[in-house]
Amino acid sequence: MLAGRIGTENIVVRGARVLDPVGGVDTTLDVRIDNGVIAQLGENLDTNEHRVIEAAGLTLAPAFIDPHVHLRTPGREDEETIESGTAAAAAGGYCAILAVPNTDPVIDDADVLRGLRARAEDEACIPVGFLAAITKGQDGAELTEMAALAAAGAAGFTDDGRPVASAGVMRRALQYNAVTGRMIAVHCEEASLTRGGQAHAGVVAAELGLGGWPSLGESLMVARDLDLAGETQQAVHLMHLSARESVDHLRRAQSSGTQATAEATPHHLCLTEEAIRTLDANMKMNPPLRSEDDRAALIDALRDGTIAAIATDHAPHSPEEKDVPFEAAPFGVTGLETSFASLYTYLIEPGVLSLETVLARMSAGPAAIFGLDRPRIAVGAPANLTLIDPEASWRVKADRFHSRSQNSWLLGKRLRSRIRLTIAAGKVVHEL
Amino acid sequence: MTDLRVVGGDLLPPANGKRNLLSISDLSQADVERLLATARSFAHSQERDNKKLPTLRGKLILNVFYESSTRTSSSFELAAKRLSADTMTLKAVGSSVDKGESLKDTALTLSAYDPDVIVIRHPEVGAAEYVARLTEARVVNAGDGKHQHPTQALLDLYTMREAFGRLDGLQVAIVGDSMHSRVARSLVQALRLVGADAILVGPPALLPEGLAPTSYDIAAIGDADVVYVLRMQRERMLEGANFVPSLREYTAQWGITPERVREGQRVMHPGPMNRGVEIDARVADSDAALIVDQVRCGLIVRMAVLYDLLTTGPVAVETTVEVA
Repeated sequence: MLAGRIGTENIVVRGARVLDPVGGVDTTLDVRIDNGVIAQLGENLDTNEHRVIEAAGLTLAPAFIDPHVHLRTPGREDEETIESGTAAAAAGGYCAILAVPNTDPVIDDADVLRGLRARAEDEACIPVGFLAAITKGQDGAELTEMAALAAAGAAGFTDDGRPVASAGVMRRALQYNAVTGRMIAVHCEEASLTRGGQAHAGVVAAELGLGGWPSLGESLMVARDLDLAGETQQAVHLMHLSARESVDHLRRAQSSGTQATAEATPHHLCLTEEAIRTLDANMKMNPPLRSEDDRAALIDALRDGTIAAIATDHAPHSPEEKDVPFEAAPFGVTGLETSFASLYTYLIEPGVLSLETVLARMSAGPAAIFGLDRPRIAVGAPANLTLIDPEASWRVKADRFHSRSQNSWLLGKRLRSRIRLTIAAGKVVHEL
Repeated sequence: MTDLRVVGGDLLPPANGKRNLLSISDLSQADVERLLATARSFAHSQERDNKKLPTLRGKLILNVFYESSTRTSSSFELAAKRLSADTMTLKAVGSSVDKGESLKDTALTLSAYDPDVIVIRHPEVGAAEYVARLTEARVVNAGDGKHQHPTQALLDLYTMREAFGRLDGLQVAIVGDSMHSRVARSLVQALRLVGADAILVGPPALLPEGLAPTSYDIAAIGDADVVYVLRMQRERMLEGANFVPSLREYTAQWGITPERVREGQRVMHPGPMNRGVEIDARVADSDAALIVDQVRCGLIVRMAVLYDLLTTGPVAVETTVEVA
């Protein structure tokens, strides 16, 4: 399902804290990689002709997988390309990403998908999977040829950005998707409740005079899609949850046996609606930042595994689009290069979430949801590793991004921890 | 690489210390008192034969209006002239804005004239904040979308104090479409600053939650000293928006008629009025109405704002928000 080159590097990472929480590894060891595959774990390993990376004081973890990235290719290569987006991901510690299909053209046709995958084989810095559209043109009316798309390598299906409005169409999509065995991921938004919405329908939006985007606009659709998944006995993945009510619906559905998973974004986990008081367009996202109570619900759900994945919803926008007054700006922020550090700074270091939980939700969680191999630190596993410096401190600057866009919610902020090295599919794709 | 350990405490580059008037929420009670006192001193100057003061001679004040305006643009222009400043009013129609120039480029272009103050009205929330970040000039928000219209709130306070001799403890019922009203938002905050109380009265779907107590029963205006009538924007009635079923229904339920105004109550309206919709002509033209006074006070309050920004202590400090 992933497109990209395989590396064959020979490396010894020496003296790191090796931490694979899902694999049950947490010890200081050397890791030897032969031909891009983890060959040996142990103390004082022979380095032979291998490149040696001294990693004392650093943490070596399974690299991350981002299941929700806007690569803007094809159509808006000024904002992001396969090359720049995957380079950004590599810098953020990712070994794979999944790109969503709301591009121009929409990825709703097997030939378009094949073409894109071929480009990714050449251009991608780390492996990329492409989600295809659920409906043609993401118009919410006619199903795409899902089986053909799956055969052409679709990593799953979504109409992200333009959610399927018709319950009947969504029901048919879920039913038919039994044929593909891929995941259907849904952006939950009831458009009749969110039209004109700019910010969470709460006290901050009321004070600022911004149109409200209520929690119900999400949770009503979450409830619908969970019920449809239950009724069709098919799996559904809920993208970027933001509201407590949505989490409550999800928890209930999971406990009654519905195959439902979900993701949350770093910005929804770290920020609340208070952040929009500055009217900074880089605080404008869809779904919007919500209340402290909603944020607490997301964190609880992430901790107990109800939400099993962290996704950035990396959404690059050009300065012409985003450097405007708040109300005129499009939704969306970048996140690939800052996700781990933001979570470390705002949640791990203050003791809200454990490092182990965050690592699991950024790697094993999304892998399991989309049926990808779990990045792991074990002999015989392909080297998909990220080397974290937990002591580092750095300032987020617009001119330092690998992404072609700079619309980060963290511009100017100082973050703790930094990704020093990323190995994706046996190849060093980022190092500082 | 391991420098100082700072978590979440530091934010965007520091503000350059420039003073703006972007939102009532930027002001303290002392700021409001100072502005109202300054306005009062200008009131006397406006009773003289020669109404012009030399105070801001040589200063340049640009009025940039992206939305139609009669009262606000004329009163800012006149306020600047009465203080001997050079002034220029730019309307979106007939300028480069017509040709698709972005707000950024317009702001940068105008800044090249080195203005001391830019007064801006714009249909989008956040436009004044945005321009303030781009220009060295002090910025006055003359209305940004549904967000803020701080000078309107200040002139309303001034008008109320003139009429009642006090602000503390005053009861103000704001009637109509508060949801889409920058006037209501600014006024509610301003009233709170000076110890007055506001209640929002109107159709349920047009009452924002969390700003002030609300009621959809017009009888709730009974206790108010001031009935502050908002303009019913006809565009809200379009496209099956269904905020209220019809204008006729609105007028029947919430229109301010002579029967609904109690003895001793005063009626205000920020203009422009829809006579016969939100306010009965007999009320608008009655002695209870302070509507013309508002316009007169608007001039001296805007003189005070311009004077204050260019001479005395801080009117507004830019605020930042903590992450997490």
